[in-house]
Amino acid sequence: MKFGVVVFPGSNCDQDCYHACRVMGADVDYIWHGDVDLSNFDCIILPGGFSYGDYLRTGAIARFSPVMKAVERYARRGGLVLGICNGFQILLEAGLLPGAMLRNKSLKFICKYVNVRVENDRTPWTRATKIGDVLKLPIAHHDGNYFVDQKILLELQDGGQIILRYCDQEGRVTEEANPNGALDNIAGICNKDGNIFGLMPHPERAMESFLGSEDGRMIFEGLTKCRKFTENLD
Amino acid sequence: MPKVKVYVTLKPGILDPQGTTVAKALKSLGFRDVEDVRIGKFIELYMSDVEEDEIPQQVEEMCRKLLANPVIENYSFEIEK
Repeated sequence: MKFGVVVFPGSNCDQDCYHACRVMGADVDYIWHGDVDLSNFDCIILPGGFSYGDYLRTGAIARFSPVMKAVERYARRGGLVLGICNGFQILLEAGLLPGAMLRNKSLKFICKYVNVRVENDRTPWTRATKIGDVLKLPIAHHDGNYFVDQKILLELQDGGQIILRYCDQEGRVTEEANPNGALDNIAGICNKDGNIFGLMPHPERAMESFLGSEDGRMIFEGLTKCRKFTENLD
Repeated sequence: MPKVKVYVTLKPGILDPQGTTVAKALKSLGFRDVEDVRIGKFIELYMSDVEEDEIPQQVEEMCRKLLANPVIENYSFEIEK
């Protein structure tokens, strides 16, 4: 399984993602934001950071970079795409996932460990977990307040597309456990086909116990078991 | 050179924590008549030699594609000659 980590001007979690792939024993390369050839990769990661300075809106400008045109084609063909934090914001701006990010309800940049509950374990991203598993992952963002209209929220619920929700240590989804005001405590969603996943927490920063948690491995472990999912891609 | 003023605002009903905070601050300064505050973006575009009747369509497209996010924002614009 070969990962590709896209490097936008302003990405700052690209090296963490690269390292995380290596920790999992996977092959990985960086992809420059001007590149358009993704034929070598089994999974594309859009890392966290501040692509293009987050000018105008988070992810609004990155969405038009040459590599994103290629990522869109790749994703629509069924390729695996993981957007973490700013990467998630870019997926929303590109329309590859529904919804938009608002400023955190507290108006503060939040950098801390949170708990998220797995809501669907039948996606390529969560096959190493079980529904109800609580993962301890760090968040670091200013615009993580996920919003979508009621109609699409219902579609997300019915389609099992809500993958992670902010929760307390016991896995209870409460208002107190919601760090940023996200609608329905949503921390991560996927598209209808399950091949595109966006989440605000940073699994790549929770890969080794000395970092405070290694629960991020669960996401990458699910992926590395995913060979089959990508075999049908041309 | 024609100038276009673009206003991007959060759609009604979308929580605007910045606006709420500013409204509270204004009230605490004694401006008790302030009912609500909504904060948006103001963007100035300076266009070069373009046919005047093409401007609205072009700006419309800019707003839809990049300047506003239709999921959460509305936009409007004025053209100054």
